[in-house]
Amino acid sequence: MDTQITLPASAAFDVERVRADFPILSRSVHERKGKPGKPLVYLDSAASAQKPRQVIDAMTRFLEEDYSNIHRGVHFLSQTATDQFEEARRKVARFLNAPSERNIVFTRSATEAFNLVAHSYGRTFLSEGDEIILSVMEHHANIVPWQLLQMDKGIRIRVVPVDEHGVLDLNAFEDLLSDRTKLVAMTHCSNVLGTVTPAKIIARMAHERGVPVLFDGSQAAVHGVVDVQDIDADFYIMTGHKLYGPTGTGVLYGKYDLLKKMPPFQGGGDMIESVSFEGTTFKAPPARFEAGTPAITEVIGLGVALDYMEKLGREAIAAHEHDLLQYATQQLSQIDGLRVYGTAPGKGPIISFTLEGVHPHDLGTIVDQYGVAVRVGRHCAEPLMDRFGVGATARASFALYNTRAEADALVESVIAVKEFFGA
Amino acid sequence: MMDELRELYQEVILDHGKNPRNFRHPDDANREAKGENPMCGDRFMVYLKLKDGVVEDVAFQGRGCAISTASASMMTEVVKGKTEAEAKALFETFHDLCTKDDHEHGDHGPVDEDAMERLMVLSGVRQFPVRVKCATLAWHAMNAAIEGEDKASSE
Ligand SMILES: Cc1ncc(COP(=O)(O)O)c(C=O)c1O
Repeated sequence: MDTQITLPASAAFDVERVRADFPILSRSVHERKGKPGKPLVYLDSAASAQKPRQVIDAMTRFLEEDYSNIHRGVHFLSQTATDQFEEARRKVARFLNAPSERNIVFTRSATEAFNLVAHSYGRTFLSEGDEIILSVMEHHANIVPWQLLQMDKGIRIRVVPVDEHGVLDLNAFEDLLSDRTKLVAMTHCSNVLGTVTPAKIIARMAHERGVPVLFDGSQAAVHGVVDVQDIDADFYIMTGHKLYGPTGTGVLYGKYDLLKKMPPFQGGGDMIESVSFEGTTFKAPPARFEAGTPAITEVIGLGVALDYMEKLGREAIAAHEHDLLQYATQQLSQIDGLRVYGTAPGKGPIISFTLEGVHPHDLGTIVDQYGVAVRVGRHCAEPLMDRFGVGATARASFALYNTRAEADALVESVIAVKEFFGA
Repeated sequence: MMDELRELYQEVILDHGKNPRNFRHPDDANREAKGENPMCGDRFMVYLKLKDGVVEDVAFQGRGCAISTASASMMTEVVKGKTEAEAKALFETFHDLCTKDDHEHGDHGPVDEDAMERLMVLSGVRQFPVRVKCATLAWHAMNAAIEGEDKASSE
């Protein structure tokens, strides 16, 4: 007889212990003379996640004990620092299940990674009349670099729509794919709707026509297990500060034969083999794309953040966040006049909503007085806002450190908004 | 703690926010300018009918939060009938009210004191720096329209 008891994920995942790792979560906000503040309820991790003590300490320790520039010194510290930096590259490779750390390029942000691909790959391999396919859900970081390329090269941008739930229209995608398509650049998880796109299917459909695919994993990599080889992604982009790591860190994964064909993005130190005024030769990837001194301390911090997520277990994190998503959605939906945008099955823990009769900006200011931090506005995704005919929404996003009690606090504060406005 | 909120969202503001005055597009408007706040997506068109240096009519359309809508609505009420110079003086003085301490307020020429009295209800935004742009959005657009520009330059 099988006597093994499997605990539900929520029981296995001790969120109070997790919270103790994040110093900022114990603070209050809006303290005023003589009046205590409100405990912080941080529901804006989709904009940027808070950092665990482990990351903060690792960066401090590195700065205090091992700091130096990398890849350029024979001295002891330079070697130590280089080793730690390159170890972080291996950690990122493992995190994405990349075949090798050679596939991992460090950038300053996801935004820089998109610009790198648009500039280096785009300006080399795309020309007038060529098309690239995006979705209507893209963050501006995956729109504007292609528009710059459009101005430069006369390429055409085609856009895959979503249905009213926020599900990507794969039939429309199929119809848009043609001999003119030279690249598909698509979000893996929408930062507004939470929709997770079927990356593997998208990649297969594109590859059937020999078209490479880039995924924006800025949100997806935070909330689920990503395997770039299983997806068969040609490029995959992440941003460190949403992965509980520091700002100033972005990741571009690329298939090596593609990276090898691409010219440098920026020029400078560290990316060259030899420089003379007659001609300069460039290093092989990833070094070719890492001109200048990188964010050394931060990249090392990012590696520790990924360790932190692995240690908690990425499936356990996803299960915890999914529970919060379901609970919060259910509670919010009981509020009269509240509308949730994005109801795709299997979505990530992001809830965009509006409250009838109250502008999201006013809502944001009022819930903030209750200590509840949400994002309001257009979320750097204006075309998507237009698609749903809203000027702005409020967005609550959940992370590994959030609790059901915080979801309750959100709901209570939204009810208070309703009462305030008599809406 | 909720005192600041009451201060920000006074009854007058909630009223103007819900039932904005002069929310229309006059047929005989001869100036218009757009005001836009990229952060929150608020967007207004302000329409003016200028004749012989006087604002004979002023109205607005668009969508925004309670603060920006109320401020736009009140702006149309106080600016109507003013000379261009008076309207600009109101804009500058109101801008100071939203952004500066009393002792830092500049002298922007003769200004309608009654109008400023009424606009005082919006001074609560000073406690909410991110909301200052909401309160001044339509005013920037009005000022741009007087200057013959088609959109308010974002600060
Ligand atoms: C889906 C998505 N893509 C791209 C970005 C850009 O990230 P970053 O600003 O760190 O470059 C973000 C974050 O704002 C995002 O949510």
